[in-house]
Amino acid sequence: MTVEADKTTASTRATGQGGRVALDLAIRYGFLLLLAGLVLFFSVFAEGFAGPRSAVFIFQSVAITGILALGVTFTLVVGGFDLSIGSVATSSMMLAAYMMVVLEQGAGATILACLVMGALIGVVNGILIVRFKVPDLLATLGMMFLLVGLQRIPTEGRSISVGMTLPDGETAAGAFSPAFLTMGRHRFDLFLDDLVPAPVVFLIVIGVLVWCFLELTRHGRLMYAVGSNARAAALTGTNVNGYKVLAYAISGVLASVGGLLLAARLGRGDIASGTNLLLDAVAAALIGFAVLGAAKPNAFGTAMGALFVGILLQGLTMMNAPYYTQDFIKGAVLVVALVFTFALSARRARGGG
Amino acid sequence: MDRSFCRMTGLTKAFGDNLVLRGLDLDLPAGQVTALMGANGAGKSTLVKILSGVHASDGGRIEIAGRDFAPATPAEAIRGGVVTVHQSIDDGVIPDLDVASNLMIDRLAEPGYGFFLRRGGLLAEARGIAARMGFDIDVRTPVAQLGVADRQLIAIARAMSHEPSLLILDEPTSSLSALEAERLFALIDRLKARGVAVLYISHRMSDIRRIADRIVSMRDGEIAGVFEGDALDYEGAVNAMLGHGLTDADLTMAQPGRAVVEMTGLRLRAGARPFDLTLRENEVVAVTGLLGSGKTALALALFGLHRPAGGAIRLDGAPHTPRSPAAAIRAGVFMSAKDRASNAVVPGFDIARNISVPFLGAVSTLSVVSRGQERAQAQDLIAALDIVCRSDRDAILSLSGGNQQKVMLARWLSQACRFLVLDEPFQGVDIRSRRDIGAKVRRTAQGRATLVCVAELDEAFEIADRIVVMHDHAVTAEFVNRDVDVGAILSAVTGSAAEGQAA
Repeated sequence: MTVEADKTTASTRATGQGGRVALDLAIRYGFLLLLAGLVLFFSVFAEGFAGPRSAVFIFQSVAITGILALGVTFTLVVGGFDLSIGSVATSSMMLAAYMMVVLEQGAGATILACLVMGALIGVVNGILIVRFKVPDLLATLGMMFLLVGLQRIPTEGRSISVGMTLPDGETAAGAFSPAFLTMGRHRFDLFLDDLVPAPVVFLIVIGVLVWCFLELTRHGRLMYAVGSNARAAALTGTNVNGYKVLAYAISGVLASVGGLLLAARLGRGDIASGTNLLLDAVAAALIGFAVLGAAKPNAFGTAMGALFVGILLQGLTMMNAPYYTQDFIKGAVLVVALVFTFALSARRARGGG
Repeated sequence: MDRSFCRMTGLTKAFGDNLVLRGLDLDLPAGQVTALMGANGAGKSTLVKILSGVHASDGGRIEIAGRDFAPATPAEAIRGGVVTVHQSIDDGVIPDLDVASNLMIDRLAEPGYGFFLRRGGLLAEARGIAARMGFDIDVRTPVAQLGVADRQLIAIARAMSHEPSLLILDEPTSSLSALEAERLFALIDRLKARGVAVLYISHRMSDIRRIADRIVSMRDGEIAGVFEGDALDYEGAVNAMLGHGLTDADLTMAQPGRAVVEMTGLRLRAGARPFDLTLRENEVVAVTGLLGSGKTALALALFGLHRPAGGAIRLDGAPHTPRSPAAAIRAGVFMSAKDRASNAVVPGFDIARNISVPFLGAVSTLSVVSRGQERAQAQDLIAALDIVCRSDRDAILSLSGGNQQKVMLARWLSQACRFLVLDEPFQGVDIRSRRDIGAKVRRTAQGRATLVCVAELDEAFEIADRIVVMHDHAVTAEFVNRDVDVGAILSAVTGSAAEGQAA
C-alpha cells in the first residue's frame, strides 16, 4: 500500500513538473509567438502586407505611441499611472506650432520649450501625488482635463497652421523650420531607399536608453523597489518621493517628445489629432507585462506591445476591416494580454509556492 | 467511539515537488486545547489551510463528529463548524469599516441576510459579542483607528460569533500584551467548558503552559510526538519538533568596547520620563517591554524616523540627529524594521535583489549594477546564514517566514556598520531560524553596537549581553544577562517596579 501511494505521488509529481514547464514556456514565449503568428497570418491573408511600404506605415504609427508608452512604463514601474500623457503630447504639439508659426522661433528654442513644458507638467503631477497625496489616477486625470483646455486658449480653439489668421485679425508670419519637419518626415535608407522614418529612430534610441536605465542602473532598480513596496524602499534609505517625481517628469518629457514628432510629421498644430494616443500608449505598456513573462512594466515589453498594436491595426486596415472595429479589437487584445500576465503568472506562483 | 471530535487519518498534500504533509494522523478531542508546535516548513500552516477549506488535501480523510469533512471553500468549513483565526491580522479585519460591521461581516455575507442593512440590530448584536468577549470598546469606532492588538481581538471575536465546534487559532497572541492575552485565555477556557475543540498554534511556552491540555509536535509533515497528562513535557515537545535537544543558548559574554551610542536625558515623547542609555562596541543589547512601551519609537528615533521630544543622542561622540533613513545609514546606523511583509520585503524582487536594495552602490560602477557582484554577494550571505532556497534567484515570497527574515538580516549585514538596530527580528520566525539569526547577530557583533527590540523575554535571553526594559516610553531597568532574576524583569516589564528600579 505504501508502495502504491509512493507511485501515485511520484506520477503526480512528474505530470506536475511537465505541466509547470509547459506553463512556464507559455508565459515566457506565448506573446511573442502570438506576434509572429499575427505577422504570418496577415502576410498570407492581407494582400500587400508583407512589403516594405506597409512596414513603413507600421513603424510610422508605432513610433509616437511607443515613445509615450515608454513614459507610461516609468510611472507604472514606481507603482503609479499617468493619464495625462496624451494631453501632454498634444499640448507639446500645439506649443511647437505656436512657437514657430506665431512667435516665429527657431527649431532649437521650440524643442527646448516643449521639453521643459513636459518636464514641468511631470514634476507638477509628481508633487500633486507625493506632496498633496492626491491619488495618481485622479491627479493625472485632473492634469489631462486642464491641458486639454489650456492648449486651446491661445488660439481660441483653432488649429495652428502656417498663414493662419490670429485672434487679433493679423496673419501669422512664422513658418515651420525645415530642420524641425525633418524630425518627423525624413526617412532613412535601410536595404531599401526611404524605409525607416525618423521617428522610429527616436523610438529605438529612447527605447534602448530606457531599457538600460531600468534594467542596468541602480536608479532603475530602486524605482522598481519603490513600485513593489514603497515602505520597504523608504526604510532602506531610498528617496521614494524623489523617484516618484522623477518618473512622472520622465513620463512628461517623453510625452512632449511624442508631441514634437507629431507636430513635425503633420506640419501643423492640429487640435483634433492625438485623441487615441493615451489609450494606445497605455495598451502598449500593459501588453508589455505579458512579454517574456515579465509580469511587470518593462521597456522591451512596452516596445513589443506598441509593435503588436501597430501590426494589428495595419493588418486589419489592409484586410479592409472597417475603421470602427479597430478599437474593439485593440480592447480584446489588451484583455487577452492581461489574462496572460495575471492569471497565468498567478498560477505559476501557486505551483511554485 | 472515543471523545475525538475531529480525526484526521493519512492526510497528504504536495505543492509541486514539495511533499508538505506525508500521511498525517491527528485527533482533536472535544473540550480540549491541543497546542500544535512545529518549525516553519513543518506543515502547520498547510494543515490549518486544509482544515479551513483554503486548500484541498491530496489524500487521506478528515472526520468531524464521525462524518466526512472535506470543505471546498472557507465558507463551507465555517458552516461545518470549523472556524480559523489566521496569523496575519489584516486578513481578518477590514480597516475601513467600524468594529460592529467587522464583527458582523460574516453574518452580512450569509445568503439569508436580505438586501438592506439593519443598523440597529447590527449594533446590538455586535455589542453582545463584544460584551461576551470582555471587549470594552465603542463598536462604532472605525477599525483603522485601532491598534494591532485590538484588531486581533476583533478577528477572534468574529470567529467566536460563529459558535464554532472546532476553533483554530494560528499564533493568536503574537501581537497581544499579557493582559490582552489573558482575556483571550479566559475566553478559551469558557469555550473548552462548552465542549469546543481548540487547535492552538504557538511557540510561546507561557501560552502553552497556561492553556494547553496536550501538545502535538510536527516535523517534516508528520506528527513527531504527542504529549499529554498532568505535567506537560514542553522540553520533550520542543525536542520532538526540532529533532534534536534544545540546548540552552550558549552565550559567551562580549567584552564591551568604546561607547558607540550615548543617549542622555532622552524623552521619546512629550510627557515621557527622560532616560540615559549607553550602547558599546561588541555588545548586543536587547530592549524589551509591552506593546506600546516605546521600543519601536526608540528604534525609529535612532533611524531618523521619529523626532524625540527632548534630550540628546550621540554617535561616537558627535550629535546624532538624522533627518531620514538615508542620513542614518550614511552615519553608519542601520535598522531592520519590524513587520517584515509590509516594511522590509520587496515582493517583486528575488533574493539577491532584496539583499542589495540599501547598498546598490556597493555592487555598481557608475550607477550600473553588476548582476554578477550582486549575486556573488547574495550567495555568500545565503551560505553564511544557512538560508534554505534553491538559488539566489528564487522569488523572495517562495521562502518560508524564517528564511525571509534571514534575507532581511542579510541585507543589513552585507555592509559593516557602527550601530545595528533590529526591531522584532524574530516575528513569524520558527525556533530553528530564530537560533540561527541570534547566533549570526552575535557572531558579527564585533566592532559595532547592536540593539535588538524583542517582545518576548526568551528571545532577549537568547541573544543579549544586556537586557533593557522599557515602560511608558522610558527605559526603566537594566539587567546583565547572567543568572537574571526573571521575576525582577517581569515586574519591570509590567511597570510594577518602575518607581524603585530606574537605572
